[in-house]
Amino acid sequence: MITNSATDRYQGIEPLRPWAVTRSTRLKNLSRSLAFAFVAFLVTLVTPLAKIDGWAVAFLLINIAWIVGQTSRLGVKERRDAVLRVVFTSLAVLAFIPWMSIFITVLLKGYRAIYPGYFFSDMRTSTPEDEFNIGGAGHAIVGSLIMVAIATVVTLPLGILSGIYLTEVRGRLTFLVRFIVQSMAGVPSVVAGLFIFTTIVQPMGKYSGMAGGLALAVLMLPTVSRTAEEVLKLVPDDLRSAGYALGARQWRTAIMVVLPTVKSGLITAGILGVARVIGETAPLLLTSLNTNGFVWNPVGGTVASLPTYIFSMFMYGTEYSTSRAWTGSLVLLALVFGFFVLARRLGATAAQKAQTDSRKAKKLKKKS
Amino acid sequence: MATTPTPRKMVVVYSRADRIFRRIVTAGALTSLLLLGLIAGFLIFRSSGTFREFGLSFITGSEWFSAGEDPIGGATTALVNADDASVFSIGPMIVGSLVVALIAMFLAVPLSIGGALYIEFYAPRGIYRILVSLLDLAAAVPSLIFGLWGIQVFTPIGVRWATLLNDRLGFIPLFSVEFENFARSPFVAGCVLAALVVPITTSVAREVYSRTPRDLIDTCFALGGTKWGAIRSVVIPYGKSGVIAGAMLGLGRALGETVAIYLMLNLVFDYSFQILDSAGGNVASMIALKFGEATDKEISALIAAGLVLFIITLMVNMIASSIVQRSTPRA
Repeated sequence: MITNSATDRYQGIEPLRPWAVTRSTRLKNLSRSLAFAFVAFLVTLVTPLAKIDGWAVAFLLINIAWIVGQTSRLGVKERRDAVLRVVFTSLAVLAFIPWMSIFITVLLKGYRAIYPGYFFSDMRTSTPEDEFNIGGAGHAIVGSLIMVAIATVVTLPLGILSGIYLTEVRGRLTFLVRFIVQSMAGVPSVVAGLFIFTTIVQPMGKYSGMAGGLALAVLMLPTVSRTAEEVLKLVPDDLRSAGYALGARQWRTAIMVVLPTVKSGLITAGILGVARVIGETAPLLLTSLNTNGFVWNPVGGTVASLPTYIFSMFMYGTEYSTSRAWTGSLVLLALVFGFFVLARRLGATAAQKAQTDSRKAKKLKKKS
Repeated sequence: MATTPTPRKMVVVYSRADRIFRRIVTAGALTSLLLLGLIAGFLIFRSSGTFREFGLSFITGSEWFSAGEDPIGGATTALVNADDASVFSIGPMIVGSLVVALIAMFLAVPLSIGGALYIEFYAPRGIYRILVSLLDLAAAVPSLIFGLWGIQVFTPIGVRWATLLNDRLGFIPLFSVEFENFARSPFVAGCVLAALVVPITTSVAREVYSRTPRDLIDTCFALGGTKWGAIRSVVIPYGKSGVIAGAMLGLGRALGETVAIYLMLNLVFDYSFQILDSAGGNVASMIALKFGEATDKEISALIAAGLVLFIITLMVNMIASSIVQRSTPRA
């Protein structure tokens, strides 16, 4: 235990960091950036570079010019390093801009048609051109949730089984299964829709929520299997050994020790899968279509869903219907993000739990 | 010196309950394999008629005409005769899919490599975690919303870029146009597709880069290298295969994308390599477009198109995942 006390003694002592950025440097950098931004704005007024994208190009060029000037007394290597730092930073910003723009657009355009009834009423008695206080997307939300629930019920057990196969059973086909799961993640959504159309919709003779849910299940399975595998890998081998040592067979260890340890992680796998498929449009256009009213029966014919609701509202093309489409997008995006954050939360606790469990096991080992 | 002791060979005997358990789990794991086989099987089965009738010209030809669509409706006897006149082939759509996907990858790969390097090596530690989870969130945005955004927000900007390209580089056949209407062109659609693909490729690239052995990077610094020196001589060579795999995954996604392209691209059944012209092709969105009012025979042709798309994307994805599996040794 010598090492422990040694680290304890130095706890609370911060090492000096003379290279750390001080407050005044940060202030200087900020004011410089603002000045450059203004100069870039002036450039857009007098040159063909126009609008926000022209401004961004001007801003980048000014920054690079400044960096080159700053490092003129250093060697070629240092200069290149400094310039590339700016280039990578701007590439990263550029990569994030579309997403930010989408988020802002959805918020700005989507809030107009929101009122409490939007979540509870359907479009049976209203047309897309009606005022925003009539009609809503309640039927679409319900339809989406029903189909996603069907997909989850189908895929979660299968995904967990394939996860168990890859981590516990480790049979001869491990490589093949992993390979297939990874390749299946790339099946185009429209192909999944076609598949369900030929196997379910045509024999049944009608479009249905069940078909939509199964199409989503095809797309959801790879995500769930892969996440379940990742989660099951977190289970420390100590726990398995402990199970075996207590005389449990493999199946008992898997079901009573391994699975309960990562319960929340497996739920995470399901939620991530849901977040992945709830916005899929193409397969639903081929399997469940769209209606204007609430449908609770998953085998009773066409069912509305959020994506197809947004799609049809957008294709309708009037100002009011487009606004409704954006509001639908807002709800959809909120659902996706909600599921995502939930999955993150649960996943974090699962990883933590697995870690603390293994730490406890190690402590026990040391004590004995 | 005594030889090092070797571990005793363990003989594992599974009880009957264990054997049943293992068999059930194996069966569950093999459903994904079965599912893939079923998809391929059903698509082949249902599209065989189309392939038998049109043969290879289904893939090379450039005509899509369904004679069965009777405007008046009814007259089934007329339909049977008229149906023989219909021709289905998807050559321009396949080429168009590749063109749009390649434009997207051309834009997305540099962006995601730069973005991944920034997140992993330049970003302040404080925002590192935020950026990583933002990336995951961005990958979860439904493509439908990308399509809406593309048509209502991005199109004016994309059209301006296209006009600029055509102005300055119009003498190159690739950038020439017949009509100066740049909206709904493969270029603008490709830009939106790039935005859609970037989160996927970036997160794969970032993950690969983060696995670079720390001591190799530190060695670079110890030898007096700059950060860029370390990235160029260690990080990029180390992550090469992973980044290629990520790009392939993105390509697969770009090839199979349906709704965003449906909204962003003007589908025209004609071979065209003028990427700024308001005419392009795409297999996936063609399926969605024609499906609504398709006759039985046309549906069979659409399923054949789906089969072609399925084979192309599956090949791309299999190459990608075999690269991934080779580059990440697992226990």
